[in-house]
Amino acid sequence: MAKYTDKNSYTILFTIIMVVVVGSLLAGVAQGLRSKIKLNERYEKQQNILYAMGVHDNEGEGDVEFISTDKVEAEFGIYIKKQLVFQGDEVTENKDAYLIDLKKEETLAKDGVYQRRLPLFVGEKDGETYYVIPMRGKGLWDAIWGFVALDKDYTVKGVFFDHKGETPGLGAEIKQRFFMDDFSGEKIMDGDSFKGIAVAKGNNDPVNKIKDDYEVDALAGATITGDGVTAMIKKDLRMYLPYLKTLNE
Amino acid sequence: MGLLSKKDSKLILDPLADNNPITIQVLGICSALAITAQLKASIVMALSVIFVLGVGNVVISLMRNIIPPKIRIIVQLIVVAALVIIVDQVLKAYAYELSKELSVFIGLIITNCIIMGRFEAFALANNPWRSFLDGIGNAAGYGLILIIVGFFRELLGSGTLLGIRVLGDPIAKTGLYSIGYENNGFMLLSPMALIIVGLIIWVQRSRNKELIEEN
Repeated sequence: MAKYTDKNSYTILFTIIMVVVVGSLLAGVAQGLRSKIKLNERYEKQQNILYAMGVHDNEGEGDVEFISTDKVEAEFGIYIKKQLVFQGDEVTENKDAYLIDLKKEETLAKDGVYQRRLPLFVGEKDGETYYVIPMRGKGLWDAIWGFVALDKDYTVKGVFFDHKGETPGLGAEIKQRFFMDDFSGEKIMDGDSFKGIAVAKGNNDPVNKIKDDYEVDALAGATITGDGVTAMIKKDLRMYLPYLKTLNE
Repeated sequence: MGLLSKKDSKLILDPLADNNPITIQVLGICSALAITAQLKASIVMALSVIFVLGVGNVVISLMRNIIPPKIRIIVQLIVVAALVIIVDQVLKAYAYELSKELSVFIGLIITNCIIMGRFEAFALANNPWRSFLDGIGNAAGYGLILIIVGFFRELLGSGTLLGIRVLGDPIAKTGLYSIGYENNGFMLLSPMALIIVGLIIWVQRSRNKELIEEN
């Protein structure tokens, strides 16, 4: 008296129907929401770049407040004067340079032939020129990325960091203001030699008053994420050095 | 609860205390350790699990007579995975900030043993309404522990609650910090969650001796 649900033919039929139904349901949902998600991602990049430049809605101490999404497109147009793309010896202007996928470029460049495209955003705020450089690296669990805004003396004017899956309360704190604010004022060059900025433990400078030590205070319990930030800054800023030098002349 | 019969309200209330999935059945410990360093993450995780388990239990219960027994676990897995992906996509489209905040946790719901456990133990044998109540009850019981653990870990570990400094400023030495209080960095590490869960189990069992296993 086997029930019909025990039969192999039924099991296979059930599997097929289930897969088709669930598959099309998920495809439908993804397709339906795609344009909205893409738009969100676009606004987010604009917000991040502007944030590094110091264009944000932060009030006093507290949380990170981006320019709101309904204004960001217009503000981005006002503050970002030029979007340059470096590729080998070529320099081009591209209005959508901020949408360049750094991860893809890095993968393509692995074959040794492809010259990766390096986007750079030239902004202007209060009469001063800012060079905003995008970065991407590895944290403890997954990718971390960010933007750093430099002035023409290679002094950091602001940074923005984000991550895909760092530990909440520990590595995830890199996107908190108390960590990001520490970078402002740090220098990345010692004369002509490139130093970068290290996330350092025990540098006896927890409030980061010393601005010429190429170090900021680390987050407790987030050693690997912090090392990832250090490595990311070193690696990605180095690629831009030759170009930054020409921009200044 | 005038709306529900006594039997039905037991479905919701039991898992909150005397049959709590974490402290009594010891399920779902993994996420209770991983994501409770901050209260906010705990709360959102609790809400997401309430949604997934409530809806998932109903779906499984509706299908309980047509699921082939040989592949029922896979079928349950597909239902959870589909629900979780839908939640993730909808959050990305309509609550982008929040979805970024949660990042991996939403995906982690798939691996939550409480969900598969309730599908297997309850939804496969009960009607949709009762399954729904059971799902909400168990997820709430899970969420309650998560929130308690998150509360203590964030308060003692970072001196904040929901990101607001409630004990004063540790760097400027105001509030409690002015009399020499220090944050306990251990609280931010996962093993401390286990100790807090252990303390909750202790308190719970010493108040209700019936919960103590004999052996």
